[in-house]
Amino acid sequence: MSATAAITGLLDFRRLDLLATGNSALHRLDPRAHVTVTLVFVVCAMSFGRYTVAPLLPFFVFPIAVVAMAGLPVAFLARKVAIVLPIALLIGLPNPLFDRESLLSLGGIEITGGWISLLSIALRALLAAAAAIVLVAVTGFPAICGALERMGMPRPLAVQLLFLYRYLAVLGEEAVRMTAAREQRGGDRPLSIRLYGTLVGRLLLRTWDRAERIYLAMCARGFTGDFRSGRAARFGVPEVGYVAGWCLFFLLLRTSDVTHWLGAAVLGAVQ
Amino acid sequence: MSHHLVEARGLTHVYEDGTIALKEVTFRITHGESVAIIGANGAGKSTLLMHLNGHLTPTRGEVRIGETPITKQTLPAIRRTVGLVFQDPDDQLFMPTVYDDVAFGPRNQGLPEAEVGRRVYEALERVGVWQVRAKPPYRLSGGEKKRVAIAGVLAMVPDILVMDEPTSGLDPHARRQLIGLLGEFRHTRIFTSHDLDMVLDVCPRTIVLFEGTVMADGPTGDIFADDALLSKCRLERPLAMQGCPVCGRGPD
Repeated sequence: MSATAAITGLLDFRRLDLLATGNSALHRLDPRAHVTVTLVFVVCAMSFGRYTVAPLLPFFVFPIAVVAMAGLPVAFLARKVAIVLPIALLIGLPNPLFDRESLLSLGGIEITGGWISLLSIALRALLAAAAAIVLVAVTGFPAICGALERMGMPRPLAVQLLFLYRYLAVLGEEAVRMTAAREQRGGDRPLSIRLYGTLVGRLLLRTWDRAERIYLAMCARGFTGDFRSGRAARFGVPEVGYVAGWCLFFLLLRTSDVTHWLGAAVLGAVQ
Repeated sequence: MSHHLVEARGLTHVYEDGTIALKEVTFRITHGESVAIIGANGAGKSTLLMHLNGHLTPTRGEVRIGETPITKQTLPAIRRTVGLVFQDPDDQLFMPTVYDDVAFGPRNQGLPEAEVGRRVYEALERVGVWQVRAKPPYRLSGGEKKRVAIAGVLAMVPDILVMDEPTSGLDPHARRQLIGLLGEFRHTRIFTSHDLDMVLDVCPRTIVLFEGTVMADGPTGDIFADDALLSKCRLERPLAMQGCPVCGRGPD
């Protein structure tokens, strides 16, 4: 795969934005409902101890259920989620080296705390990424910023967040153009550090210029920092039900060992 | 009071690095006029356009839209009155779908969603691309992008249309169609362009900029007949006014 194709795939924000224009029952919910559920999900899943593995697994029900109910493309989103895995592994990799205390033994092989905490970090990274990407796919980033603002985030911060996202896409597009231009002129040879620095600097300047033009175009069409998605903002019965249902489910998973019960129940039935 | 007037009085713009982009530019464009602003690269066309929409503040002089000077307080009203279409539609189209993009302006005006829907329909119908409303803008052809960008501005129902290089990057057929469309509008229209044949077709009046000053302002036909002026300003006659390159016959 060429570098151009790699960058195009990695920064395919446009498709993510497009998914949010769907019209399932979940898409029609007020964005605040999705944002609240995602926040509670992340807090519940992330607040487990460092050696927790099994109790994290049932949390995958949430992103999977949302993907199914909203009719989102599974493979596309899974690829996006998988991007975080190498980063999480990089962060967790020192753990097996430093934490050598044996915690359990599987068929004579001692498993140390380090390996278990590495697994726990990877699972949590996947959960957080899945929740975030599903949130964007079902809500759309501008609507998320609008929801955060209505929930009390200061407007300058919400606007910053919106532009960060918008310009990340612009950065991606400029990177694609520059990479294509480099490959075109014999880019098979590895990049020297110096050339790499020049390219990154140019990329920044080009992105800057283009971001400014986009901002001007937004201002020319009356943008003053307000978010208007066209969908009516109404936190009604469906939203309350959606938020309450998921929050209760997450609290249940957080406070009681559902995996253990399930395991015990299955074993009990077998015996 | 008419909103359709555009007036520059002694407009001077000096960039931070000391480059003088505009020097004492003065003109008055009245209701329903279609005016081209032409000039070589670096003549100050883009800087001038940025002033008409209040993106830049004059170093000296002023720009008035209708009877209103452009100031920070009048900016929202000015931007409702003056619709600016950018040269590169990719800079202007950023919403996930064509519909949402055209709705961006009306929604910013705080209109109810039913009215937004009506505006979007009318604008996209007007430029003939209602059928692509559900597509993402980046999947459109160059000509369609240009039309959607124009629709995005039309949906705000401006009195004055300002377009930077409307025909750049279009194939001959799309260009011809766009010229037809531009000719149909009844707004006050201001175009910058290097496409001098388009200028000849669409704009009865032309303002020539050279190194930041107005070198000429008059009927397009007269300006394109003045070879000395054109040559001094690094321009040339439109192809339609040049002799035939094959048989050597002069223009009709």
